[in-house]
Amino acid sequence: MSATIDIEHPAAASATPGPLLKRRRHGMSDRAIAWLFITPTIALLLAINVFPLIWTIQASFTNYRANMGWLKVRNVGTGNYSDILSDPDLWAGMQTTAHFVFWSILFEVVLGFGLALLVNRKFRGHSLWTTIILLPMMLSPAVVGNFWTFLFQPQVGLFNYVVSFFTGIPPSSFQMIGDVGLAPWTIVLVDTWMWTPYVMLICLAGLRSIPDSIYEAAEVDRASTWRTFWSVTLPMVVPFLMLAILFRAIENFKMFDMVNLLTNGGPGSLTETVSITLKRAAFEKWQTGWSSALAIILFVAVFGAANIYVKVLNQVKRR
Amino acid sequence: MKPIAKTGRWIVTLAAIAALALGSTAARAEDKTLTLCWAAWDPANALVELSKDFTAQSGVKMKFEFVPWTSYADRFLNELNSHSKLCDLIIGDSQWVGGSAENGHYVKLNDFFDKNGIKMSDFVPATVVGYSEWPKNTPNYWALPAMADAVGWTYRKDWFAKPEVRQEFKAKYGRELAPPKDWDQFLQVAKFFQGRNIDGKKVYGAYIFTERGSEGITMGVTNVMYDYGFEYDNPKKPYDMNGWVNSPGAVKGLEIYKQIFDCCTAPGMTNAYMSEGLDAFKSGQVAMQMNWFAFFPGLYKAMGPDKIGFFVNPAGPKGHFSQLGGQGISVVSYSDHKDDALKYIKWFAQPAVQQKWWQIGGYSALRAVVEDPGFPKSAPFAPDFLVTMGIVKDFWAEPNYASLLLDMQKRTHNYVVAGQGTAQQALDGLVKDWAKDFKDAGK
Repeated sequence: MSATIDIEHPAAASATPGPLLKRRRHGMSDRAIAWLFITPTIALLLAINVFPLIWTIQASFTNYRANMGWLKVRNVGTGNYSDILSDPDLWAGMQTTAHFVFWSILFEVVLGFGLALLVNRKFRGHSLWTTIILLPMMLSPAVVGNFWTFLFQPQVGLFNYVVSFFTGIPPSSFQMIGDVGLAPWTIVLVDTWMWTPYVMLICLAGLRSIPDSIYEAAEVDRASTWRTFWSVTLPMVVPFLMLAILFRAIENFKMFDMVNLLTNGGPGSLTETVSITLKRAAFEKWQTGWSSALAIILFVAVFGAANIYVKVLNQVKRR
Repeated sequence: MKPIAKTGRWIVTLAAIAALALGSTAARAEDKTLTLCWAAWDPANALVELSKDFTAQSGVKMKFEFVPWTSYADRFLNELNSHSKLCDLIIGDSQWVGGSAENGHYVKLNDFFDKNGIKMSDFVPATVVGYSEWPKNTPNYWALPAMADAVGWTYRKDWFAKPEVRQEFKAKYGRELAPPKDWDQFLQVAKFFQGRNIDGKKVYGAYIFTERGSEGITMGVTNVMYDYGFEYDNPKKPYDMNGWVNSPGAVKGLEIYKQIFDCCTAPGMTNAYMSEGLDAFKSGQVAMQMNWFAFFPGLYKAMGPDKIGFFVNPAGPKGHFSQLGGQGISVVSYSDHKDDALKYIKWFAQPAVQQKWWQIGGYSALRAVVEDPGFPKSAPFAPDFLVTMGIVKDFWAEPNYASLLLDMQKRTHNYVVAGQGTAQQALDGLVKDWAKDFKDAGK
């Protein structure tokens, strides 16, 4: 004897679907709704990021000039790339950029970390001082470049007078922006002033993420202040420091507005960073093909370096 | 259909109808409005005033798009290259005429001039060649000369008039202190005033253009280099530059400019152009100032006849020249209001309008205005302006002029301000840069 169990298949159960099922058939599926929401973003990404990238790669192999529509566009192969990589002026620009990136990040990290250590303690007026320290990074780089130009004015600028006050050197006897030796340090100084608070914030986040229990344990083990800093604080803050270095390096590699307004790439071409060279080639000389090749080279360089750096950062975090 | 959805449909429909109605009204209103694009400076403000007469006569309203000089070329060349309809009329720099003509940005005006009796022979020849013609020295006109301009000099008349200063100068140089006529005299005067104490303040000899980013230092060095024999190319063989751009005379001219920069300028003037010069002169920092004639009406008004004097760019052993500035007014070919724009050009070309233009702060290029017997007495700088317009020379106006200009900016600034290399090396490098630019441009 067998027992028969009738199992009704939901689809076959009813010849006429119920009201709930009726609404689902007329509405959109979850998948469709998800696509509806992300499609504008994807379209924007494709239009603003992906398509220009593909177009730029294509243009980099041509002699295209956007302001000379009549000039026959021809394929130059890797001509633009070899031109760029063998251009001594461009390597000088890369050197200027490297100098700027290296020294500004070094000073920002040292000063930012130091400020974070100070601000991490509770003291009177702590909130006020923290706000004051953060003010420079709230300004726009163009505004900063502009007003530092006035501050560096050797005859009436405040900077020269302050230096003169502390050192006794006559204020108009030196000029930060116009001097061949000092101009590269001028942009480092201004960038450090502006972005040290940013590094400070990231380091502060790192310092505050260290559990008190670790410090207590170090205290119990009678570790000195220096030992505690070297063995506890620094290792735990290093991932945050490395993150700050990564962000600042990417930003400073493509720094344009502040440097352009401060020195215009001068004196001569001594502070002409690669971004200024790129802008001049693309939008003043209208060497669209050549500047596309330069943009791709810079993109590959930054992307590659960032990838390697992130791998190292992940290893440090795992440790 | 649910009531809410139905109401919503009606709201959307009504809103769309309203938007269409407003849009068409706006379009109808804009049919009678012209946008004129230029740089933001005093003559532009004068043109706004002058244009009120055009609006009163024609009923066409004028809108203006003025951009600071530092972004002028960037902004408007971008507009033209992207075929923007922003500008109906544009007062473009003289160097743009080649590129704008060949790229189809400007409307060719020959037929219009012929139909309306506007003759280019009525305008100062240097301005016709410099602002209107492309190719140069051919009767193909792309602009009406609008703002005649060139580099001139101002000097502190009151300092030059001080008896003790004059006495000391004469004792040192054996001649009367006066505005310099050549570059040797210029250097003497500049060195004499450099670091001198006048009225309790330390002053400096001269202000010269050193701006790096756009065109400043080039517009400065050429004033000396032309006088020493610098040529853009072989007059008998176009684009043959070696031996002309980097001739011994050209090298000497560039060296003299560097000498002036090193010996006789105020500290901090390493990236200075028009406005810095005006500030330096008005604030009593410098004895002599290089700048465009366009600024002289405003300077004269600000400082008064006792303090300011004017002189023509000094001469050199190989000639007497001055760098041409100035602009022509063109009709943008992408404009939807070309007929009205041409009306403006016709109105602007009238002698009475040109006369008023000169009187309110513009610089007319119409011969009837500048060759009028009363013109030299019409302003204290008028005689020097007249002389200067007869000795002007312009930079390249090729379609790829921007590349040529940036190369010269780099080479001259590297040498003059940054002190890198020699003048010969700078100009040899410039020949190579320009040769490459012309090769890339298919010349």
